[in-house]
Amino acid sequence: MKKLLGKHSLPVRIFHWINFPVIFIMMWSGTLIYWANDVYKISLANRVLFRFYPESVYKALHIPFRLAEGMSWHFVFMWFFFFNGLLYFIYLIFSGEWREMFPKLSSFRDAWLVLLHDLHIRKKKPEQGKYNAAQRLAYTIIFFMGAGSLLTGLVIYKPAQFSYLTTVLGGYEAARFQHFLLTIGFLLFFVIHILQVVLAGWNNFRSVVTGWEVKDDKSVFDKEDLNEK
Amino acid sequence: MKNKILTPEEKFKRMVRIKTIRSFSVFFLLIAAVFFIYHWTINQPKEDDAYSPLRKVMNLNAKVFARGYNNPSLAKEFPKSIATHRVRVNGKYGLTSALDTSQWRLKIIRFSSLTPLPSDTITISLQEIRKLPKTEVVFNFKCIEGWSQITWWGGVRFSDFAKKYSIGTRSNQVPDSKNHPEDIVNYCGLSTPDGEYYVGIDMPSMMHPQTILCYEMNGQPLPENQGAPLRLIIPVKYGIKHIKRIGTIFFSDTQPPDYWALQGYDYFAGL
Repeated sequence: MKKLLGKHSLPVRIFHWINFPVIFIMMWSGTLIYWANDVYKISLANRVLFRFYPESVYKALHIPFRLAEGMSWHFVFMWFFFFNGLLYFIYLIFSGEWREMFPKLSSFRDAWLVLLHDLHIRKKKPEQGKYNAAQRLAYTIIFFMGAGSLLTGLVIYKPAQFSYLTTVLGGYEAARFQHFLLTIGFLLFFVIHILQVVLAGWNNFRSVVTGWEVKDDKSVFDKEDLNEK
Repeated sequence: MKNKILTPEEKFKRMVRIKTIRSFSVFFLLIAAVFFIYHWTINQPKEDDAYSPLRKVMNLNAKVFARGYNNPSLAKEFPKSIATHRVRVNGKYGLTSALDTSQWRLKIIRFSSLTPLPSDTITISLQEIRKLPKTEVVFNFKCIEGWSQITWWGGVRFSDFAKKYSIGTRSNQVPDSKNHPEDIVNYCGLSTPDGEYYVGIDMPSMMHPQTILCYEMNGQPLPENQGAPLRLIIPVKYGIKHIKRIGTIFFSDTQPPDYWALQGYDYFAGL
């Protein structure tokens, strides 16, 4: 017999799906801004391995000569990014859902086991719960990366008014680099996140929209059996 | 049609299907709303080349992040020794016409609620400006494009200059930001002698202690491509507001036109 089991609360689903287009707009408009002074590259011994971004990428995404437009979007949607993140944090704390998301001490070790399992190196399925150890780490890190984007962004936006924060982050140029690096981090997270969602399948994806998953009662028994061994 | 009696499993499946469709309907409505908001925004008339809803929020941001009169945030200053000697030149707007530096005079138009009379205009030579107390500032000059450079400038603090010539007030008395902030006009407009480049700046930023009418760079007379004989240095703004080769300065309670703000950039461009 199967049954529905609640997984994601309504506020978390709302925060998640507001965040998705907002981050998308922030990354897109951020790229419009970055284009005007695109100085970052990966070099090895004076050889440029990769330039952020190659001309072809700019062209494909219609990025060039849209600095003013990029700034106008960026400094409107920063508010949505900020308030959504703030409310999410407040909700996590007050609902107690942070217990299911923030890493436990064991998560730091177990995250490796999840990675090995996901890479098909280790057979034994790691303990899942709502989130497994790797998810706990990833979702917590990405949350603090969001806070980082906000603070580094604030320093780039108003370096004189937040001069103390500017100094803490190592100056204006440093903050700009950190802001960029965090964005690359978001992109990497996004790629892995989508991949994992695809691999996890429909039931898991559906739960981020509906809130529940269809579970076998049998699987619940299996889990209990395992626990007794 | 025969009424089919559903097995519990079929009933369950049906319930899952209905609940899924219901949730996803809301989900797709939200997606549609996002696209609607985007299309609505880009179909709004443009206000100075920015979509008007975005322009409104930009102007609101300026208010949120506005600095007070009495407690201005200072841009960080650096020792002269680390100022760059290869100062970047960006923008030649207003600098292309020939200029006889010896004949140059700064034209100041005093505030007037009516059309200013010829008697409202004062002209000041560079020699007179050089006689005023000199202020130097070494700060990280920030271009709106994203680059920045630590640069060293010298000139007269605009607030000192305004006090000396009793400008920037509605009464045309000596400006006093502390005791009579209400007498200070809202905006200052500056333009090149040929009128090709022009900026509008809020008065609190003009009266900021780091804002200078600049005639020196790296301890030397200002080079022509950096806006000789006189340019504005205003560390609490992006480079677009640091107008070179100032010809005219005037005061107004309404926003004076601004070259880049008309092309979609934030009017306040404050840092």
